Amino acid sequence: MFRTFLTMLGVIFAMLILVLLLGSANGMSNGFDKIFAGTASNSLFVWGQSTSEPYKGFERGRRIRYKIDDARILKEQIPEIEVLAPRIELGNHRNVTTVYRKGQTSGSAVYGDFPEIDNITKKKLVEGRFLNNNDIKDSKKVCVIGEETYKLLFEKGENAIGEDIRINGVFFSVVGIYKPNNNINIDGENAVFIPFTTFQKAFNSGERMGWMAIAVEPNTKVAVVENQIKRILKAKYDIHPDDERAIGSFDMSEIFNNISAFTNVLKGFSFFIGIFTLLAGIIAISNILLITVKERTKEIGVRRALGATPVVVKRQIVVEAIVLTAFAGLIGFAISVGILAGLNSLWGSGEDFPFVNPMVNIPQFGISFLLMVTFSVLIGLLPANKAIRVRPIEALREE
Amino acid sequence: MGSNSLHVLKGINFNAEAGELVAIMGSSGSGKSTLLNILGMLDGADSGEYILDGVPIKDLSETKAAQYRNKFLGFVFQSFNLINYKSAMENVALPLYYQGVPRKERQEKALKYLERVGLREWATHLPSELSGGQKQRVAIARAMAAEPKVLLADEPTGALDSTTSYEVMDLIQKINDEGNTILVVTHEEDIAHMCKRIVHLKDGVIVEDKKVKQVRAEQYV
Repeated sequence: MFRTFLTMLGVIFAMLILVLLLGSANGMSNGFDKIFAGTASNSLFVWGQSTSEPYKGFERGRRIRYKIDDARILKEQIPEIEVLAPRIELGNHRNVTTVYRKGQTSGSAVYGDFPEIDNITKKKLVEGRFLNNNDIKDSKKVCVIGEETYKLLFEKGENAIGEDIRINGVFFSVVGIYKPNNNINIDGENAVFIPFTTFQKAFNSGERMGWMAIAVEPNTKVAVVENQIKRILKAKYDIHPDDERAIGSFDMSEIFNNISAFTNVLKGFSFFIGIFTLLAGIIAISNILLITVKERTKEIGVRRALGATPVVVKRQIVVEAIVLTAFAGLIGFAISVGILAGLNSLWGSGEDFPFVNPMVNIPQFGISFLLMVTFSVLIGLLPANKAIRVRPIEALREE
Repeated sequence: MGSNSLHVLKGINFNAEAGELVAIMGSSGSGKSTLLNILGMLDGADSGEYILDGVPIKDLSETKAAQYRNKFLGFVFQSFNLINYKSAMENVALPLYYQGVPRKERQEKALKYLERVGLREWATHLPSELSGGQKQRVAIARAMAAEPKVLLADEPTGALDSTTSYEVMDLIQKINDEGNTILVVTHEEDIAHMCKRIVHLKDGVIVEDKKVKQVRAEQYV
């Protein structure tokens, strides 16, 4: 009995390793999903840079500045674009503007935005609301501020909604506070969002547009749309067709693809290791059954004298292999699920580390168990065949 | 076994009628166990024919042999050969299990046969909790459970003291009285005389085959 239990340990540990590895890989995959939650994966960002090639009489080094009309043109010409959110920044990129409130100041990035941006990079609002279409239509002097900005401008616990803050001499009323995503940060830590139309009027930006966030239809490759956008913009702004630097862009889907490729490889590798460890465990069980069969030769002989056919004898031993393996597998599974649950309560929040809800799913569990049982049947046939190779009369003679 | 074949039996012509109680005697190496193994379909004869209740037994596959053994034959061994992790009742029910008899019916029958060997109250005991004589009685009950045509007993009293041997022989005689055919292999003269017919084997041939007056074992118990 004890010997059998020791042998079962092999399968128990193998199942433990398999489930822990798979669960952790799943946890990591879920963790990444959580980080990117709220960010449209099939999206890209396009901004203007400086030309690197002279073209049509223009010198190189010319700064490309988009017009708000470009957004309309791109949307019209490229039907694959689902959402296009133009944005303008106060000052140059990543420049900060001083924001005042009752003697307190904050160096913040100030953006003029459309509400559509929320469909591409979701803002997690702590309080209030995000910009809406009425704000755009009426050019309302409202703003949404980051948590960091709130900390700098307001006392701890102070109500900010409805309060005014001053940017470049213009007052804006706070309508919402958002919490920045620590893992994907496109807007910076400290930012103030105001409606695009308000920005145009308040800061006299006219038709200028800083950059665009674009979400592409799910079944279209971002790179294809990216090329179309560049071709249209290059034609419009007289940029040399081979100029790689004039238009800056960033394809979000690449990051997603890399990460999902990484987690998939991790999952596959975990499965591979786990299954082979399991195979080793099952071979150990087969070994102990071979020994048991040898020890029980006489019993098997008696059973055969009493009418057990070879099939019945074989079945008994294969069933033993299956029961031992499945039982050990279930023990291992139970233990590992417990450990995963423990890990989940320790680090499962996914705040500092991409590790959320580490658990194996039903298909993974099903496939592992099916493979395990199949292996145990195949390997159980070894001792089973040995048992019936001995003729009943020899088995009976055995002492 | 192996390439050197050894002819143990050298022409045996033997016929047993239903209801007979035959003792097969001979010194060791005389071929009596081999004969019993061939009769028990545990071993095959190189040549000749074996007809059991009108059924020719020849070139049986392992599966067929197992089925015939189960249906036609009951075995009683010298060393009892009970399965030591099964209770007396489970041991008796084993041949019925291989016949596919449902569990409840199996248990009822097993209890019935345990009753007949006088061990009903020992039904739940393991073989290790039984005496030698009790073990052999359980083994006889097991051999009877499938209601075989022939009971083959290989030195059934070989491992028992004389009092217990007589008890077992008494049981065998009573089973025979009910009309069952029994073959007993033994080398003990007194045990042989408790049968109705004695067949003497020597060097693989029958040297003597005689009917005897049965000595009842009862009187020694």
